[in-house]
This record gives sequence, C-alpha cells and structure tokens, in this order.
Amino acid sequence: MSADQVAFLVLAPISVGAGIAMLLQRNAVHAALLLVVNLVTVGIFYLMLAAPFLFAVQIIVYAGAIMVLFLFVIMLLGVDRAEPLEEPIRFQRTAAVLLGVGILAELVTAVRAGVGFRALGPAAFAETGADTAALARALFRSYVLPFEATSVLLIVAAVAAMVLARRRPAPATAEPEGVVDAEEAAPEEVGA
Amino acid sequence: MRGMLGEYLPIALLAGLALLFAVGSLAASALLRPSRPTPAKLAPYECGIEPVRLPAGERFSVRFYLVAMLFIIFDVEVIFLFPWAVAFRELGLFGLVEMAVFLALVLVAYVYVWRGGGLDWSAEGPRPRATHERAREVVRAG
Amino acid sequence: MDLLDWALLLGRVAVVFAGLLVTVMLLIWMERKVIADMQTRMGPMRAGPRGVLITLADGIKLFFKEGIVPAEADRPVYLIAPVIAMLPAFLAFAVIPFGTSVTLFGREVPFQLADPSIGILWVLAMASLGVYGIVLAGWSSGSNYPLLGAVRSSAQIISYEIGMSLALVAVLMYSGSLRLSEIVEAQARVWNVIPQFPAFVVYLIAGLAETNRPPFDLPEAESELVAGFHTEYSGIRFALFYLGEYVNTVTVASVAVTLFLGGWRGPAPDVLPWVWPLLWFLAKVLAVVYGYVWVRATLPRIRFDRLMAFGWKVLIPFGLVWVLLTGAIVVLPDVYGRGPVVAGAAVVFGALVLASVAAPLLRPRPAAEVGR
Repeated sequence: MSADQVAFLVLAPISVGAGIAMLLQRNAVHAALLLVVNLVTVGIFYLMLAAPFLFAVQIIVYAGAIMVLFLFVIMLLGVDRAEPLEEPIRFQRTAAVLLGVGILAELVTAVRAGVGFRALGPAAFAETGADTAALARALFRSYVLPFEATSVLLIVAAVAAMVLARRRPAPATAEPEGVVDAEEAAPEEVGA
Repeated sequence: MRGMLGEYLPIALLAGLALLFAVGSLAASALLRPSRPTPAKLAPYECGIEPVRLPAGERFSVRFYLVAMLFIIFDVEVIFLFPWAVAFRELGLFGLVEMAVFLALVLVAYVYVWRGGGLDWSAEGPRPRATHERAREVVRAG
Repeated sequence: MDLLDWALLLGRVAVVFAGLLVTVMLLIWMERKVIADMQTRMGPMRAGPRGVLITLADGIKLFFKEGIVPAEADRPVYLIAPVIAMLPAFLAFAVIPFGTSVTLFGREVPFQLADPSIGILWVLAMASLGVYGIVLAGWSSGSNYPLLGAVRSSAQIISYEIGMSLALVAVLMYSGSLRLSEIVEAQARVWNVIPQFPAFVVYLIAGLAETNRPPFDLPEAESELVAGFHTEYSGIRFALFYLGEYVNTVTVASVAVTLFLGGWRGPAPDVLPWVWPLLWFLAKVLAVVYGYVWVRATLPRIRFDRLMAFGWKVLIPFGLVWVLLTGAIVVLPDVYGRGPVVAGAAVVFGALVLASVAAPLLRPRPAAEVGR
C-alpha cells in the first residue's frame, strides 16, 4: 500500500464525514468550519492526483477567501446561533432534493461514460509535467477567451457586491421569530 | 512508500509534531494549573462595565462584507497571475498583452467600487484632512 | 527508504521544530531588548544573563496560569482556535530553504524540509489558513472586543494578502519557477532585491500587516480593543497565539530573505561549507526582523480607515502596475530589441518627469494656501 492510499483511506472518511456533519449542523459557524475541513481534504486529494496547483487554488481561494466571506456574512448578520428550520423559500426542500438527484444521475452517467478521464494515471501526469507551467500554457494559449471572460464575471461580482452592500437591511420586525432571543433583548435592559 | 504525497511527508511529520506539542502542552497545563472559576471571572471582559452583547442584525459596518467580496475578486485575479508569471517568458508578448487586457477589465471593477465609495472607510465621519486643518487653525488662532 | 532515512527525516523535522521554538524565544527577547534600548530603558534583565531567558520564564508562568473559558464561549471552537492559529505558521516555514545540505552517514541531508513544486504558493496557502485562528478565537469568545478585533484583523489580513501576492508574482516573473530552491538558484548572479526593489518594499509592508505587527497591530489595539481577538484567552492558550504570531514573523522574514535577499547565498570560505549558508540565512532573517522591530519603535499605530485605504488604494494598484511594468521590461527587449525599448522608456519617463514638474505650476493655488 502506498503512502497515497494510506492518506486516502484516512482522509476520505474525514472528508465525507465533515460534509455530512456540515449538513446536519445547525450552528452556522460550526457548519462553515466543517466545510473548511471538507475543502482542505479535497485539496489534499488534488495533491494526490498530481495537481499541486489546484491544491493551492483550493486552499487560497476556497478555504482562504470564500470561507472568510461566509464567516463575515455569518458574523455580519449575527446568525451565529441556531437557525430556525422553516423554509425561507417555498418548495425549497423539494427543489433541492430534485436537483440533488439530478446531479447524482449526471455524475453517475458521466463516470460510466468516462467523460474527462484519460488512460493516463496521475503518475504519468507528474512525469509529463502537468504542473503549473503546463497549466499556464493551456490556459493562456488554448483557452484565452474563457480566461478573459473570467474578468467579466469578476466585474459582475463587484457590481453585485456594491448593490448588496448599499441596500439597507430590512427592519427588525421582518425577521423570523426564531432568531429573536435573549441577546436581542439585551439593549433594552441597559436603557432600563 | 513513494507516491504523489511523498514530497509532503516531512510537512506532514512537522504538522504532527506541532500538533503534538500544542495538544501536549494544553493537556499538561490543564493537569498542573489551578482552576478556580467564579462567575465574575467567566463573564465577558468589559472593563468592569456590565457585559452587553452587541445587538444581532447589523453588528458591523457592511464594508467588511464588501472587503471580503473584493478580496475574492482580487484573489482570483492573483491566482491567474501565478501560472502566468511562471510561464511568462514562454508566452512572450502575447502573454503580456493578454494579461494586460485581463487586468484592465478587472480594473473596471476596481474603479467602479472605488468610485462607488466601497473603499472609503471614513465616509460617515468628518474627513481627516478637514479635522486636521481645523486643528491647525485653532492652534494658530490661539 | 530504510531505517536510517527515517531517522534522518525525523531528526530533520525535530531540529526544524525545535529551531523555530528557540528562534522565537530569542526573537522575543531581542525585540524587547531592542525596543528598550531605543526607548533608553534596560528591558528584561533578571532571567538569565541580560534577561535572555525571559521568554522561557514567561512561558513557564503562562503554563501554570489558570485557563479561563468564558461562560458565553462556544467551547469546542474556543479550545481549538489557538491550535489552528499556531499550526499554519509552522507549516509555512517547512518549504523555506535555510541552507544548502550536509552529508551525514553517507546520506545527503538538505536544509529544507520539503521542496514542493508549488513552493511559494504553499506559503500563501498557509498564510490564508492562518486567518481562521483569529476569526474563530474572536467569534468563539462570546465577547464584544474579541469579535470586533477578529473581524477587523481578518479584514486587514485579507486586504494585505493581495499586495503581498502581487509582490511575489513580480519575483516569479524573474525566476520562472514556484519552487523556492530554484528561486534561490536564480539569484546566483544578482539578488532580486536590486531589480525588484519596489516589490521588496511592498512585500515588507504587507508582511507587517500579515503578522499584525506595529504599526499595523490594529487587531490588538489595546487603546480601543483591549487585546483584540485574544482578549478572553489566558494561560497556555494565549501562549500558543503568541507563539504562532512570532513564528509567523520568522516565516515572513524568511520568505523575504529567500525571495529578495538571495536566500542562504553569501560569500563563504572553504572550511565547513554547510555552516556558512546557514549563518548567512540567519543573519539576513535577523536583519529583516530587526528592521521590523525598528519600525515598531518608530511609527505609531495607524488608524483603521487609513490602513484599509492604504492597502486598497495604494498597495494594490502599485503592485499591479509593477507586475505589468516588470513584464514589459522582461519581454519587450526580446521582441523589439534593447535599443528602441530603452529609447521608448526614456521618452515616457521624461514625459512623466516633465508632467510632474509642470502640473503644480498649471494648477490654480488652493484657497487654503493663499492666506499663508
């Protein structure tokens, strides 16, 4: 058994377990943390598959940037205690189940059809130099247009962020009742 | 014992050692140190003032959210710069122009946010320059 | 891999770990002594000769101090936050080449724990994980000051991370590799600090902000936030935060040395060829850290809005322009030949100088200045 196999056998249950625990977790910060664990383990799988650059992207962008945004939003909105279980959007759960089944079916079909798989194993990639430079060659020569299009996506993201940040939050009465707890009542106590 | 991860074995060992050190010292300290909690000790530190939690809802300036969002945008941009920098000599002038176009497009987002006040943190208060000038005038008048 | 290989590997890891601990111990002592000297005080004098063991004494004291878990705290997160804060700092150092190599028992032992192909990105990845220790500590304390400190601190760190990355990109364009050993190799002729001086300055400034060091120590601005994200931490848990912060300082200085100051390179005599690179590396790291301490003794803490404005409005645009400029300097001579490019650059530079001289003359004098 190689080091990779040992690492995989150790990390795969952690990865899946963290993912499932995240779904079952009602505390938003704990859920975010479990998602970080999941993202990091998936990053290590990228390392095993001879894609160290993807590992770096996974850690720097997903674990480092996007999850920090998540945590900021959680802290910003003060939803860092247990969330109510009511559906904010109608039929959300039904839709989620349907979409989930759809993705699963798609994945199974894709894997069975062998989409995206080559005869080359990870070791062959490492030898042929499927590293950062090779990635750069592909990205900046063959896929110039998608690369440039990314910048448009980034502009859209910036505009969206500005619009969201500008809107004033809804008044407190619009909040679902489950969120209101002892902490919210605290300011009045001071006034008394 | 070789594999893709072989290269990272020393790092894994270092992680194990550091973890052992941290957990070990925490555990040893937990056994040896005193533990005499009182309600006052366990209360949040508020310099002696009755502790009050920040109200839920709008606890922070929304700019923190904006900063995190902007950070993602620039992080993605920088992540593209890394492979580009590595293969930069190979790509030559084409690569340079390509990246210049990309950066110019991201710059549009940057300028938009800047003009929209997304980068200003002191918009609500008096402008620092004005305060400074006023202070100078007061000093001169006195 | 046989038993000897394993023993050497474990020995290497243990030596690096212990070396970092000892370095941090001496570093804290040095910082306190240097600051004291700059303020005409004596600094720590009692523990050991000239107080050199002060950090050890502090560590022992903290070890036996009561560890308080606030009543409002989120217990599991509160307890693991110090470990999360400390771990990435150590892991980031693992890829730094701090010397050449030595032959022990017929095996070559490199002075670098690991040399992965992503090299510098590993350091960045660990730096971006380091934010979690701070955010989680602040949130889990269940108290206001830590929460404010944590949000501020993470906003600061992520803002300056971009400036730092841009400085690194500029260096990579010269070395053409992410591997730190190759980056050192590429500086055999001239250290990167000479062609890349602006990137060096950007890196050092961003490094100050990344490690929460003065004048960017907003997260622990004691005059407004008590002690920032670790206000509610005491005893050994606080010590772990402290340790992580200083290991981070060592790592940031080491990266500066590796990327800009030629790494372990330096003139060396032929006796004991493996000792000199090690000493050179240590001396350079010490010089960078000394600079950081000097800055701390000199500059007051800057206000949060100015800190953010500086990061976003100065450092990032400057970094971007510098990256493109570096690209132009490297690529254009290959395409058009050296002569036309130098001439073109001279024209642009001349125009800029002319414009900067002419612009103030053409602008009407501001009303405020007329009265003077």
